[in-house]
Amino acid sequence: MTDRPVWKSGVTLAVIAAICTALVALTFQLTAQRITDNEKAFLERNLQPALAGLFFDSPVTESRLTIPQPHELPGTESAIVYRVYASEEPVAALFVVSARDGYAGPIRLLIGVAMDGSITGVRVLEHRETPGLGDRVETTKSDWILQFDGRSLRDPEPGNWKIRGDGGSFDQLTGASITPRAIVKAVKATLTYFAANRDALFTAPADPVDDDSGDED
Amino acid sequence: MAGGVINRLRNGLWRDNPGLVQLLGLCPLLAVTATFVNGLGLGLATLAVLVASNALVSATRRWIQPEIRVPIYVLIIASLVTCIELIFKAWFPDLDRTLGIFVPLIVTNCAIVARAELYASRNPIGASILDGIAMGLGFAMLLMTIGAFREVIGQGTLFARMDMLIGGEPMRGLVLADQGWLLMVLPPGAFFSLALAIAAKNAIDRRRLESKAPIPRRARKLNR
Repeated sequence: MTDRPVWKSGVTLAVIAAICTALVALTFQLTAQRITDNEKAFLERNLQPALAGLFFDSPVTESRLTIPQPHELPGTESAIVYRVYASEEPVAALFVVSARDGYAGPIRLLIGVAMDGSITGVRVLEHRETPGLGDRVETTKSDWILQFDGRSLRDPEPGNWKIRGDGGSFDQLTGASITPRAIVKAVKATLTYFAANRDALFTAPADPVDDDSGDED
Repeated sequence: MAGGVINRLRNGLWRDNPGLVQLLGLCPLLAVTATFVNGLGLGLATLAVLVASNALVSATRRWIQPEIRVPIYVLIIASLVTCIELIFKAWFPDLDRTLGIFVPLIVTNCAIVARAELYASRNPIGASILDGIAMGLGFAMLLMTIGAFREVIGQGTLFARMDMLIGGEPMRGLVLADQGWLLMVLPPGAFFSLALAIAAKNAIDRRRLESKAPIPRRARKLNR
């Protein structure tokens, strides 16, 4: 018993590995479609709130444009822009950018900007801020992030795009100033970028549609 | 047989509770228990993996040579966890986003490999499944208890965001206070809560022992 040949162990391992791989492959087959649908629904559901009060009739996720580094938008990775149209006229752009200087890592932001440069909505997509303090930037925890609605680089003036503690005109959160500061800064940078590149943004071709799901099969 | 079932359940839930007594799986236990729903979600996922891995290890124990048993346990557990992760992504996407890395990290929960090695590899499949249920329930109960405790004290709510498991609109849960004692939601609160839970268990055990006639007990070996 103790001197079992090594190849036997090898075969056992290989057989078990094959069975386990089959199990994972089967589960993947059964869940793949649902997972793709979920991700798409999650994206659509999360894009909507940043377009409050805006009429549009184009499927938002199909007009995706990836802006690779280097760019002047916040964040060190590629930024994503969704162009929003009504009757084929551009009405707004949705930016997915990262505020780099959060309290605990980057904060993924969704920023909607209408053609006139005013904000249609800002939402936090992803963050690692302190629960109970910095996480009040989520809409389920507080209304803080709604104060950006309707603001633009004219309201307030660019010099006042700071939190109150820094002499600006944006509220902060009790006990957390780093998170709001980072978000205000990122929103301002996005508005500045939009003002400078508005027309180029809407003429650029969309990402190929099969970009997302190309690695299936 | 019925006595054996109750005995195994009591082992898993109380006497040999993987978290409280064996102190296994502390990393997920401490990291995700900031709220009740997180504890429940990870507890159920761990339970499912534990039952399935016990069943598979027990079913294949006849063919597994002792010298390659550990890589095989790792293979089985890693595949099961991958399946559970896919299932979570498909049916509980919100919860998956909240639990994040801790679903794949169930692989490293030593409570699971410990049950494979200590129990499932030397017991028939029925008993192994029962052991998985008992131990998994014990771990899940502890996660839920600590999650509920930390949520109430740290955040002033209970059962918030249950929609991540049962669907529907975002739920704020029972709001007991506007604000909580933040420390309990942060990592130190996890250690405090676990320490309190262990102390409570020891106190209950001692009281029970004192109320009975003191009988000599065989010292039990703790598995670490």
